[in-house]
Amino acid sequence: MPLELFTVGEPIADTTAPRDVPLPDRWNERKFRARLVNPANRRRLSVIVVGTGLAGGSAAATLAEMGYRVKNFWFQDSPRRAHSVAAQGGINAAKNYRNDGDSVHRLFYDTVKGGDFRSREDNSYRLAEVSAAIIDQAVAQGVPFAREYGGLLDNRSFGGAQVSRTFYARGQTGQQLLYGAYQALERQIGLGNVEQHPRTEMLDLIVVDGKARGIVVRNLITGEITSHFADAVVLASGGYSNVFYLSTNAKGSNVTAAWRAHKRGALFANPCYTQIHPTCIPVSGDYQSKLTLMSESLRNDGRVWVPKERGDDRNPKDIPEDERDYYLERKYPAFGNLVPRDIASRQAKNVCDEGRGVGPNGLGVYLDFSDAIARVGQPAIEAKYGNLFDMYNRITGENAYETGMRIYPAVHYTMGGLWVDYDLSSNIPGLFVIGEANFSDQGANRLGASALMQGLADGYFVLPSTISNYLADGPFPAVDATHPAAVEAEQSVRAQTERLLSINGTRTVASFHRELGRLMWDLCGMERSEEGLRKALDRIPEIRHEFWTNVKVSGEQGIFNQNLEHAGRVADFIELAELMCVDALHRNESCGGHFRVESQTPEGEALRDDENYAYVAAWEYTPEGEPPVLRREALEYEYVHLAQRSYK
Amino acid sequence: MMSLTLRIWRQRDRTKKGKMVTYHVTDVSPDMSFLEMLDVLNEKLILDGDDPVAFDHDCREGICGSCGLMINGIAHGPEQATVCQLHMRSFSDGDVLDIEPWRAGGFPVVKDLAVDRSAFDRIISAGGFISAPTGTAPEAHSTPVPKKNSDAAFDAATCIGCGACVAACPNGSAMLFTAAKVAHLGLMPQGQPERDTRVLKMVAQQDAEDFGGCSNIGECSAVCPKGISMETISRLNHDLLGALRAGAVPMS
Repeated sequence: MPLELFTVGEPIADTTAPRDVPLPDRWNERKFRARLVNPANRRRLSVIVVGTGLAGGSAAATLAEMGYRVKNFWFQDSPRRAHSVAAQGGINAAKNYRNDGDSVHRLFYDTVKGGDFRSREDNSYRLAEVSAAIIDQAVAQGVPFAREYGGLLDNRSFGGAQVSRTFYARGQTGQQLLYGAYQALERQIGLGNVEQHPRTEMLDLIVVDGKARGIVVRNLITGEITSHFADAVVLASGGYSNVFYLSTNAKGSNVTAAWRAHKRGALFANPCYTQIHPTCIPVSGDYQSKLTLMSESLRNDGRVWVPKERGDDRNPKDIPEDERDYYLERKYPAFGNLVPRDIASRQAKNVCDEGRGVGPNGLGVYLDFSDAIARVGQPAIEAKYGNLFDMYNRITGENAYETGMRIYPAVHYTMGGLWVDYDLSSNIPGLFVIGEANFSDQGANRLGASALMQGLADGYFVLPSTISNYLADGPFPAVDATHPAAVEAEQSVRAQTERLLSINGTRTVASFHRELGRLMWDLCGMERSEEGLRKALDRIPEIRHEFWTNVKVSGEQGIFNQNLEHAGRVADFIELAELMCVDALHRNESCGGHFRVESQTPEGEALRDDENYAYVAAWEYTPEGEPPVLRREALEYEYVHLAQRSYK
Repeated sequence: MMSLTLRIWRQRDRTKKGKMVTYHVTDVSPDMSFLEMLDVLNEKLILDGDDPVAFDHDCREGICGSCGLMINGIAHGPEQATVCQLHMRSFSDGDVLDIEPWRAGGFPVVKDLAVDRSAFDRIISAGGFISAPTGTAPEAHSTPVPKKNSDAAFDAATCIGCGACVAACPNGSAMLFTAAKVAHLGLMPQGQPERDTRVLKMVAQQDAEDFGGCSNIGECSAVCPKGISMETISRLNHDLLGALRAGAVPMS
């Protein structure tokens, strides 16, 4: 590995988890050792929360209930619209309501193993430990979870788990959990405990004397740029899947808040850990603006195939059986169409790369139900998957009972994010990061139904307990917009905004975003190689240069200007993309969602290298042109035995 | 491929007068979503040095509730789905489409097709919740809920707060939105202690905003992308009457 890609800095470590007590006792012990703030003193302390998803909404509501003065910022018009609303499947909790052998330890073990042994044991254990309380909290708020006829909560199994621990609200679990947090937040807003800033985007972090003390924001309606201050700042700004342009994320989801904090010194951990879902509706044309996920349960009855011959564009019904390649059944006779997500995704890419993909642009594979329909009849298939067939019909206009479906993988979650310790504090004192925005408890791969669990665990239970240890030193000396750090941060935000509007080039923001996304998808997506990543690292600085010299951003600063918002976000995605490729290139092993072609077993499975890569890669920002600095956090496994995952 | 004539409401901000402006779009694929068709128009406007059309949108899969337009006078257009889930195959080559923002006193225009729906948040803030601060919750199974009630509560709780109900209502009433939350929480045992005060406060806030009254016309439910039923309005009226008969004083 040539040295110019990055340099190696001092190792980093979490020092807040009490490792002198056994794992199951650590969270209680941490809460006990953490300093507290007297209820009467809390109203003298203020906390900025950026974001209103499951993590941000639950944190803002809970901190306000505790008595802190909360200032909450979000870019949508209402806190109810944060992208957590779109999560479908469910939320895991170690309730063991099914009496099937579940326990906190089993959920912990599944999480660490599912994350391919790249998460921190302490954090994953705590996540499992608080999971049950989340369900209690949501039920108390009136979240209408699915119930049995006896009135008790229903469970289903999910993502290959051997126990039934997933709670759900039809296919809208994220929506219902988010509304629970949103209503709690609105209650606090009504009580005057939360100052709300809708349609407001964080554009910089204000660091004073080494502590995070405020943020610079732009009011998206008036364009006004202002600074806001508090004793601590909490980022709950979500993941960065939209670096790929096309993903299952909402159009507005972005990395800007996290990335600007990174540029102010917060370490960004494991940026290359991204998760790709195998069953999404394929791209239909260049105008495509986002991708829609379809439950992977469809693979229980659908058979995946492509034509044997490349360029065979006949109607699938006219392609005889012996000219079809059921490639998953052929390559994985034991698991067939039910191989894990990452393998199903990668194999779809491979057959499309061979030119055998189907659909308008050759990026799709068939998911065919004709055998299942012949076996059990169409009504039985309708009863099981009717809503998915309807959704497919709405988007594609095709009747999948007759034509089958076309599917293709899409990015839908990012495990990497800002580095945090056990207290969920970044390396900048006073800056806390929760939910998908942090590098998370999920390791290199997230199990189904674990994202909602983590967001709410962080917001309802973890952060409110750990932040007091920091705030106990406050209130800190008052800071206002005249402080040199605030003046400088505001100035840099204004300068960037003015610069974006003044370039007046010939390419739109969206065209850059599409080009970057395509490059990342091709070279830093499902499969990564040294050659491809080096190619990406050559190309990204060129895109960055062209962006800053040839982008055309419409309108003015002082009005509602969605094109300007998008421009700022794409500028950050370009920088993040470069770091993702450096991270992916430096990690010369395959683990979870990160698959390096150079590191696979003879059967083509991901091959980890625990000897050299059992660490968190936390990156320090350096100005353009200087290589980023790698700070390693060694991962030690005391309670889980490291093993190679096997699907055979 | 289709060509369409679009007549779109353009308004710089809430203080300026707006007007309909005509645009022509060509090469529209039937597989595009309606918002993707607007994206294509905006890309062209940007390159031509014109101001792109502002419209709210986010998830583009029908669940966040951000998007919403009047298309030829129908909230969300012809398919009873959010406009992000509406595809151009629902239209024909040569169609002329009038595209307007939600028109309601309670939803002032922000710019072009984007409106301010914060009144909805204020209605929730007034009482659309169960007071259960974090940490106070009993064991989830200590409160069984009959499946019938739980399912009915879920149906009401699927409201995405898009505002189509208000836009479709000749009175500009927010009743279906308010009723959906009143019904959701009132159907659950957890929601009983605050049932009377909830409906009184939410209705009072709704009246304080610039919404009209409900006269049971039903346009709201007919355009609701989540199919929220008029039954929720009956439930709200039932709860309101119950609270008043129990001696509560109306708050509006």
